[in-house]
Formats: sequence, C-alpha cells, structure tokens
Amino acid sequence: MERTDIFDKLNEIFVDVLDLDEVELTDATTADDIEEWDSLSHVQLVVAIEKAFGVKFTALEIMKWKNVGELVDSIAHKLYS
Amino acid sequence: MQTFQDLKKILKQVQKDGAQGLSPLKVALVGDTATQFLATALRATGCLHGFLFDLFEAEYNQVERQFLDPASELRAFDADFIILFQSTHKLAEHHSQQNAEGQERVADERLAFVEALCQDPAFAAKRVVCLNYPEIEDTVFGSYANQVPASLTWQVRHLNSGLMQLARQYQNLFLCDLAALQNKFGRDWLFAPNIYMSTEMVLSLDALPYVAARVVDIIAAVRGQFHKCLILDLDNTLWGGVIGDDGIEGIQLGHGLGIGKAFSEFQQWVRKLRQRGIIICVASKNDEATAKEPFLHHPDMVLKLEDIAVFQANWETKVDNIRTIQRILNIGFDSMVFLDDNPFERAIVRENIPGITVPELPEDPALYLEYLYSLNLFETATYSGADKDRTQQYQVEAQRVQLAKTFDNEEAFLRSLEMCSTVSGFTKFNTPRVAQLTQRSNQFNLRTVRYTEADIAALAADSNVVDLSFTLEDRFGDNGLIAVVIMKLLDADTLFIDTWLMSCRVLRRGVEHFVLNTLVNRAREVGCRRIIGEYLPTPKNKMVEQHYPDLGFTPLPGSTTPQYCLEVDSYQEKECFIKLKR
Repeated sequence: MERTDIFDKLNEIFVDVLDLDEVELTDATTADDIEEWDSLSHVQLVVAIEKAFGVKFTALEIMKWKNVGELVDSIAHKLYS
Repeated sequence: MQTFQDLKKILKQVQKDGAQGLSPLKVALVGDTATQFLATALRATGCLHGFLFDLFEAEYNQVERQFLDPASELRAFDADFIILFQSTHKLAEHHSQQNAEGQERVADERLAFVEALCQDPAFAAKRVVCLNYPEIEDTVFGSYANQVPASLTWQVRHLNSGLMQLARQYQNLFLCDLAALQNKFGRDWLFAPNIYMSTEMVLSLDALPYVAARVVDIIAAVRGQFHKCLILDLDNTLWGGVIGDDGIEGIQLGHGLGIGKAFSEFQQWVRKLRQRGIIICVASKNDEATAKEPFLHHPDMVLKLEDIAVFQANWETKVDNIRTIQRILNIGFDSMVFLDDNPFERAIVRENIPGITVPELPEDPALYLEYLYSLNLFETATYSGADKDRTQQYQVEAQRVQLAKTFDNEEAFLRSLEMCSTVSGFTKFNTPRVAQLTQRSNQFNLRTVRYTEADIAALAADSNVVDLSFTLEDRFGDNGLIAVVIMKLLDADTLFIDTWLMSCRVLRRGVEHFVLNTLVNRAREVGCRRIIGEYLPTPKNKMVEQHYPDLGFTPLPGSTTPQYCLEVDSYQEKECFIKLKR
C-alpha cells in the first residue's frame, strides 16, 4: 500500500469518525486544523485506524504523533515490517 | 449491538430532532477512572430505551468525596440513579501499597464503603447501581492465589461476593455484573492497555456499548421496562428438523441424532426462564396435533406442554399468532421476545409488530445459546417466588375464556366463577409482590408510581397511609395478589389515592367495584369524607383514562392534572360478585 492509499483510507476514516463533510489530510495536518479532532475523538480515530489497517499502535505512538505524516509513517512501518 | 460510533450518531440525532417522547431521568455517574466515554454511551443507550438522561458526571477520581462530603455536587444533584464505577485497576494499585496484613483487608474496606453509602439517609431513596469488579489475574501467586487471602485474586472474588450479600440486604443497591461481561467476552476485549495509557480509560471502545447496555438494562427494569414473555418457533428453533416432514423419530433432540444436544441445552435454558417467571409461548406453522406430539411423546424433550402458557400452532401468519398471544396475556408487545430460526419470519414480525424484540439468531443452532447470553434479554429488578406460578395462571385464564363462551350474559358468568378476595395491608410476606406490581404494572395503573420493597415497608409503617392489597381466587384457582391501593391522608377529611393498580389478568371481573367498596369502608373507618383520585397519563395506561368517572367520581375543577372526587357519605355500595375472604 502506497502512502497515497493510506491517506485515502485515512480521509474516509476521519470523515466517518468525526462526522465531517469532507477532509483532505496532508503530512502537515494536526489536531489544531480540525475542530472535531480533540483528545476524546483521537481515541476513536486510533481504534478505527487500528481496525481498518489491521494494526496495533503502541501506547507511546498514540501519545506522540505530532501530525498526520507521523501517523502515516507508523501505519506504513507496521504494514511493511 | 451498536458500536460506540453508532451511539454517538444517535445522540447527535436526538440533539438535532429534540427529545420528544423521551422521559427525563436524573442519573449521576461517579467513577475512579476516566468516564467521559461511558457517559456518552450511557446517554445514547438511555435514548434507545426511551430515557433522556440528565447526567451528572462527577469529577474524575472523587468517589469518596462525592459520597461522603455533605456539600458534594453529587448530593446537591439529587439523582434518581447513581452509577458507581470503581475499577479493579485502582483496587490493584491500592492493594500493591499495603503490607500482607493490609492486603487482606482491601475488599472489606471497599465493602464497608459501599455499605455505608447504602445506609446513608441521603441515598436511601435512590437507586445505586454499582458495577462489580472484573478480575485482573496478576499471577503473583499463580493458581495458588486461591489459597492466599492476601492475593489480589482472592480479594477481588471476596469483594464481588460481598457485594452480592450487600445487594440482598440493601434494596437501594443494584449490581451491574461487569465481571460477567468480562467472562463472556474476555479481558483483552474489555480492556485496551494502549488506550488506557493515554486516557485512564479501563473500558475499550468495543466494550462500552455493552457495559452501557448492562447498566441501562437495570435502570429500565427498575422503571418497569423488561421482557416478560418468550415466544418460540418450533421447527429448527426448539428442535432440529421439521416435525411435519421428519416425524417424531427424525427430529434432532437429545444426545442421539445430529446436533440434538444444541436443542436440548437451548430447551434447558428456556425451562429455567420459565421457572424464573418468564411466560413461554409457542407460535408455529404446523398442525396443532403434529406440533404437540414431541411435547407429549419425545423422550428427550425438556419442555413439556405444561411449561407453555399459550400454544399457537396453525397455518395463520406468525404476526397473527403473536397478536392472539398478546390478547390472551394482556401484556405489551415491548415486553415480548420472539425467537425464530427463519430470517424471513423474523423480518415480517419485526416490521409488523412494533416494540417486540426479535434477536438475529445465528445460522448454526450450536451458537444459539452463547449468542442469546450476549444479549441479556431478561434483566429484572425483582424476583419473587410467586413468579413461577404464572404459567399455570395463564393456562387457567385460557380455560376461563372457554367457560365465558358458554354463558349468555356476563353477570351469570361472573357468578359462576365463585370469586373471593383476601384484603390485607402490606406485610413482610406480601411486600416483594406489592413492590413488583408497582414496578411492572403499566396498563391498569392510575399514576404509575414505582416503589421498591424498602419504599413499601416504609409506607406500611406510615400512620398517614392506608395500604391495601387484594388477592383473587375463583373456582379455577388462585390468582394471588392482583391489586394494590395506597391512599395518603391529605387532611383530616380527605384521602388521596397515590396508587391504584391492578394486574391485567383479572380485567372485567368486577375487581374495581370490590376495591372501591373496600376503599370507601376504610375511608369511613378513618373518619374521612372525601376520596380524591388522579389520572397521570403514560403511553401505556390509556385503558384507565375514564376509570374515576366510570366509578362515579366527579371531576375536580381547577386542578392541572385530571383529578376526581368521591363523597363518601353519599356513596352507594357497588354491586360485585366477589366475596371478602376472612
């Protein structure tokens, strides 16, 4: 799965979980850019992403992503390693 | 079961559409871990059951302060229900800080806390729903922990068992069996360690809808919403195969043929429900004689005909048969569960009978039971020994219906029943049944006030209260305690009917007249000259809208709710065919 495919899937998950009309995530997107993305909905996003990609994040990863780019790196790393 | 995501959408929808038709209820949630998600799940699940929770969520980890501080927000909030969620995690942490001697006391300390709040007058009239403790097997001792009172395993089990004792003792305490949920789905399902680290949440997102459902099941049961009746299909539901085609030797049942064991064990479960007081009925597309044959002659049949309250086997539609069952039992469709292996029948029943619960049985009968266990279909807030007699009472009711057909007029029929009634105040013997009736009667119930056993005992002791219970016997048998009236002294001249309810089993027998004659006599005894009655409408009690006018009460002008007055002095005794049993 290419990074662009991961982004496509993430866009869908964000729209669904945060109940958005649409979203265009980039490497630089952070929680500050999306009003609905708060510490509570973050947990829902994490669980939804884990299920959609069939991966498990470590407790530290969940706390440490600074932007969507790092989240995508985590997913890509798990999918390819 | 809904996902947490579904629940959030339901809440959003309610916020958008408004909360028409939902009944408000004040609920407090007090926990020692993060509870925001649980609060969301609870509010949404409440909506699904017709409640609009006004939810007070205590600040994180303030359990002791909220309960003990006289000035706490919890006490000020004055909730109807208080949900107490103390985690095994916090218990384990506390346990780790003790020496061996202190570790042996961890459970008893928690029990003393719960007992103290049960005894606190501030919470005596509340319902405290306490989640019990799912085990964390820390393997510090391995299995040997079973022999070591200081071990966490021992302490958690001791705590859960102690809570059960307290719940028996204190009627304001209800336990929500979180430990049972973990037994069913597993610790790795209930708890997500990676999420816990950043959130302090000890429940996974997958578990939240189930936990909320278990809590709301209890609240709904206390409020009179629960399932009373299980309607069963026969072929491939109660036994394997088709009795009309395969014959009595060919159906799968018991340890011989095919997967007969699955059906035997399913029947054992149904039989236990029957013993507990759930009404079991049959709705099957079959010839009646063919359908009854296994019940009469199959050696491995666990259920017998006497377990079945209403047996509908014919070629009518299931929808028609379920409606017939409803007419005989006189209970709401929302208190019925229908089990059928056929997805097509299920869909038709679900579409045509609003309110009925129709579980999506798995295709493989081997999975029926574990699936049904996961739904917790038969939550209850009371249990009394009298429950188990109900199947017979409904069968007898069917006989009465037969007899009534042979009379031309109602009076002759009622005379022929040779009815008599025992009238009594509330005693320790009838308190459980009286409380149960206040909780489960929805239709013939003028004000729908719900009482616990503790409430009933308090009313019995109150000298300003006239408490009356009525039984009804006839030539076919004893219906047991079927009507309850609670009157409160408003002033020296006036009694107010706080509660008048009756079991719908004994409709159209003239019990209302007998009860009213009794009420008037009691009013005279206590020197009252007026009785005031009130009708508070609910979605279910339209049947008694005209109850007081029909009995000769006159509307009381100027009251905001429909209130009616009866002058005791001019009262003419009503004719009825029920004798007082002394």
